[in-house]
Amino acid sequence: MNITKVLRKFSGRAALRGVIAIIVFIAIWEFGSRSLDLIGWRMPFVGLIPPPSSVLASWTGLFMEPSYWQSWYMSFLRVFTGFIVAMIIGIPLGLYMAINRTFYGIAFPSFEILRPIPPLAWVPASIIFWPTQEMSIAFVTFLGAFYTIVINVLGGAKSINRQYLQAAQSMGASQRDIFRRIVLPATLPSIVVGSAVGMGITWEVVVAAEMISGGGAGGGASGGLGFFIWSSYVGGSYEQIIVGMISIGIAGYISSELLRKLGGRFTPWLKTR
Amino acid sequence: MSTTKKSNEIIAANVSKTFGAGPFAKEVIKDCSFTIESGKLTVMIGPSGCGKSSLIQLIAGFDQPTSGSITIGGRPIDGPGKDRLVLFQESALFPWMTTWDNVMYGPRARGEDAAASEAQAEFLLKKVGLEAFRDKFPAQLSGGMQRRAELARAMINKPEVMILDEPFRGLDHMSKELMWEYYAGLYEEDRNTNFFVTTDIDEAIFLADRLLIMTNLPTSTRSVIEIDIPRPRNIEAMADSKQANDIKTEVMTLLHEEAMKSFSGGSAAAADFLDAYSKRAG
Repeated sequence: MNITKVLRKFSGRAALRGVIAIIVFIAIWEFGSRSLDLIGWRMPFVGLIPPPSSVLASWTGLFMEPSYWQSWYMSFLRVFTGFIVAMIIGIPLGLYMAINRTFYGIAFPSFEILRPIPPLAWVPASIIFWPTQEMSIAFVTFLGAFYTIVINVLGGAKSINRQYLQAAQSMGASQRDIFRRIVLPATLPSIVVGSAVGMGITWEVVVAAEMISGGGAGGGASGGLGFFIWSSYVGGSYEQIIVGMISIGIAGYISSELLRKLGGRFTPWLKTR
Repeated sequence: MSTTKKSNEIIAANVSKTFGAGPFAKEVIKDCSFTIESGKLTVMIGPSGCGKSSLIQLIAGFDQPTSGSITIGGRPIDGPGKDRLVLFQESALFPWMTTWDNVMYGPRARGEDAAASEAQAEFLLKKVGLEAFRDKFPAQLSGGMQRRAELARAMINKPEVMILDEPFRGLDHMSKELMWEYYAGLYEEDRNTNFFVTTDIDEAIFLADRLLIMTNLPTSTRSVIEIDIPRPRNIEAMADSKQANDIKTEVMTLLHEEAMKSFSGGSAAAADFLDAYSKRAG
């Protein structure tokens, strides 16, 4: 019981440290941005970007703007479409490669050749072979998560402790039962890890894809957060660039947290370690 | 009771096992013969890395011998089966299942009557003293508890033969001794056929009805010692027993010879130690 108390106290302190660090960071940023007015000398780098106070002002202005929230919605939609499709295809593919040697021999070499190609290198090709721009963005997003998920599932399923399989076998379990109650749960932690990493890559990819493709067919409002940043840059609204960047940070954090919560629910035994 | 039990004697006859082929072939078991008698606790002891675990893989049916034969009750072993259950060196409890689900795994996998097997699981958990831990995951149990949970998971399948591969390795000395007494008690209750593999001499002598001493790699049977010290045995009494200590010296001498074969350059210190020990025991 003492240990948990100490931990709680420590985590309170750690939280405080975090809050103070963020406040100091914002203060330095504010000062740096206004350094030309305040001390007559422009601080390098920080002096060129708008101060947090005007970013905040621009942000509160955007709160009432439906197109801003539309950008959030579009990016989330693309991330989750790509991500969910990657899970639906990637998890069975990884599992099947792990349990079937013939299929592994057929699929793995091609997979390994395609894997190093960065998802963004697929942008022009996917614009060509998908009928709508929306589909090409979703496809590139899908690729971002797909390889990571497959590799993690494959690795996880292949490294199952052989004794688990032998124990189940000698207790008279069928192949079906072994797959359902041994292979699948033993691979779950790797699925969760693969998904978390894949989710991170998905956000990186979606933003870049939105910038390159210039948003969806509807232009501006359907562009997503990546296009929001790009159009702010083109329009010269530097405050909005930073609003867009922070928005992506928050969106990515929300997605990871959601995934962690969900993953923890599927793997309750890992929490007891 | 033992008269009504059918024989499940395991006989290994001239078993050899070679891994790899050509210049990389490694002979692990060579012309190895022994008998695991029905209704007895047979302990196999040998230098570590001598191929005992490979033998277990063969007896369990996970692997086939290169030559020779292994039979159980006269039938050849051609695959894993619930008549021979293995307790592995490291815990093979499924980490994603609670103690209860682990114990219930076998009956559920075979689609057996739920009510009957649940009653049996409850009985067994009580027997191994884990009824309060039925909803805990293996990671929440101590090493000794995990071994007991694993015993319960094996026993619910009513195996004809229990095969234990260094099951108490890695436990601290006190828990180990407790587990010996505990496990011996379980064995004495139903006198099933048990095959126990170890590298620990004290463990071997405390538990065994029959002791198989194995040679170094490639392994075969070096000698067989019948240990007729009456049961139930007691740790302290065993430490004082002349009979037990004579056996210990004998086993140590044999094992020392085998260990020396793999100890390039020999070991004067080990020889001195053995010499001193035999004087003390004598």
